[in-house]
Amino acid sequence: MSDLKLTGLHKHYGTYHAVKGIDLEVPSGEFTVLVGPSGCGKSTLLRTIAGLEEASAGTVEIGGKNVTWARPRDRDIAMVFQNYALYPYLNVYENIAFGLRARRVASTQIDKRVKRAADMLGIAQLLDRFPRELSGGQRQRVAIGRAIVRDALLFLFDEPLSNLDAQLRDDMRVEIKRLHHELGRTIIYVTHDQIEAMTLADRIALLRDGRIEQLGTPLDLFERPATRFVAGFLGSPKMNFLSATIEAGEVILRDGTRLPLPAARNAINGQAVVLGLRPQHIAKAGASAAPGHAQLAATVELVQPTGSRVQVNIPLGGISITAEFAAHEVTTPGEQVRIDIDMTRAVLIDPQTDKVI
Amino acid sequence: MKGVPFHRRKETKLVLRYLIAAFLVVIFVFPIYWLFAISFKTPAEIFAFPPVWYPKSIQFNNYAVLFKDGDAKTVGNSLVLASVSTLFAMIFGTIAAYSLVRFKTGGENLAVWIISQRMMPPVAIAFPIFLFYVWLGWVDTYIGLIILYTAFSLPYVIWMMRGYIEEIPLELEESALIDGCNRWEVLWKVVLPMARSGLFATAVFTFVFSWNDFLFALILTRTEVMTYTVQVTHYFGGQSNFWSKIAAMSVLGTIPVFITVATLQRYLVRGISMGAVKG
Repeated sequence: MSDLKLTGLHKHYGTYHAVKGIDLEVPSGEFTVLVGPSGCGKSTLLRTIAGLEEASAGTVEIGGKNVTWARPRDRDIAMVFQNYALYPYLNVYENIAFGLRARRVASTQIDKRVKRAADMLGIAQLLDRFPRELSGGQRQRVAIGRAIVRDALLFLFDEPLSNLDAQLRDDMRVEIKRLHHELGRTIIYVTHDQIEAMTLADRIALLRDGRIEQLGTPLDLFERPATRFVAGFLGSPKMNFLSATIEAGEVILRDGTRLPLPAARNAINGQAVVLGLRPQHIAKAGASAAPGHAQLAATVELVQPTGSRVQVNIPLGGISITAEFAAHEVTTPGEQVRIDIDMTRAVLIDPQTDKVI
Repeated sequence: MKGVPFHRRKETKLVLRYLIAAFLVVIFVFPIYWLFAISFKTPAEIFAFPPVWYPKSIQFNNYAVLFKDGDAKTVGNSLVLASVSTLFAMIFGTIAAYSLVRFKTGGENLAVWIISQRMMPPVAIAFPIFLFYVWLGWVDTYIGLIILYTAFSLPYVIWMMRGYIEEIPLELEESALIDGCNRWEVLWKVVLPMARSGLFATAVFTFVFSWNDFLFALILTRTEVMTYTVQVTHYFGGQSNFWSKIAAMSVLGTIPVFITVATLQRYLVRGISMGAVKG
């Protein structure tokens, strides 16, 4: 059964068309991440699901019930906001209990559920404190506690980690993933951070300009992007895009470099294409090339160590591309190296349609 | 100040500052002191020359006369009118302000139009209101003045509360809506607690406005709901002024305001300075 079903959902703000016909079905218990650049409509979509915005057209079904016109409180949802949305005049206990009190749950029940949620999130010792006395991470835990205590059918997260520093963000990400495993609830999670999307999601819906560009598992989107946009959005450092043409079963770059054509691609001879190469698929060459790999000589332009890996800039096909080497393969600018390109994992994109061939 | 050590110079400066501050306090507090002092003096002391700086014995005769003659009842009238009209203005004004902020009721300019009502000199409409009230039979009634004071306070309340409500993060309300509240519950459980300081500050100013009104109280009251501000003027006679009564009545009129402000001072300062600093 699906916990959430969107059909032909549109949202207009005056003349601005923010959401342009979204169809999405989320199975029970799934962790779905809505990801995309700012302004792509992901937050508007989430707010429309929550009932904080009215849909201009289309339907929203939650738990098999059409709730397109239902008030937020009648949708059986709980939501975690980016800015925590904690009530400064209530202590942690009352903040978590707020939704239960609003729904007139018996106070013995409230006490049990608040304490259980606090235990799960490791904030049991903070129940008497006020939000101003908490750190950012603790506040976000309270905000999550307020959502899970409600035991709703659908949990909505609107960029919950954006206000946290990098270290805390990593910790909370683990926490949210663990909670999802423990609770087994359906989660819709909005973020602009592709790492969050990749690590948390069962399925990712990548949004662009009010539409779902591609829907699939994180690996699906990473390995088999449907469009140039998807290929470029996911992955860090970003995928390299090189103009090329197909000739006699080979990919010819602008500078004349010949690379083997990835197998089973329907590229027509003579067709202009864009070759997409992930930095992770360009390595320092070993003794011999594997089938489908190409080995080339290149001069290192720039070296950026990241700790575990090293990002290296190399000229290829008339532009500077990024490759990612292992940390021990550190080179210096100006050095001549042989690189190995795994063409079996390269993507070919039609420059006319921006679709992957 | 060559030769004087630095810390001595600092001390001299501090002493000077305290002296100036003390001088200013005396200047400002003296009239109030004088008012209180007169209210406790005997007639002989009031007119004594050179002046008697403090009453020889505290005697409440001046107050007793006010209560015996029933004049003190006018303070009670003022209290009823100011409190009830403040309560009404706060209730309706806050609801209206919430509607302006969250639902953009009346578009962007309605709020400015509402506050502009406050800029009209009240005396300009005193005469039409008097005729209207005579026709309604509302002259010298509680309801008449309560409605009038409420109406006059509303623009101020709406304008102030609008500012305070705008500062409340929208997520707090949205979160409450999802958690199970309806709009009225959001107003009660989220907006009012969040705007508490502003609410009290606005209420104090509204109360003081109605409390201090003289113009409409003079025109629209006779005997039944006469306020203390009108009552005080009755002690200014053509032949002589009843200084003892003026002083005692003024003290009675000052005390409720003093108590209100003193109790709510904490909120008052925070409410007035709210919005001055971001974050």
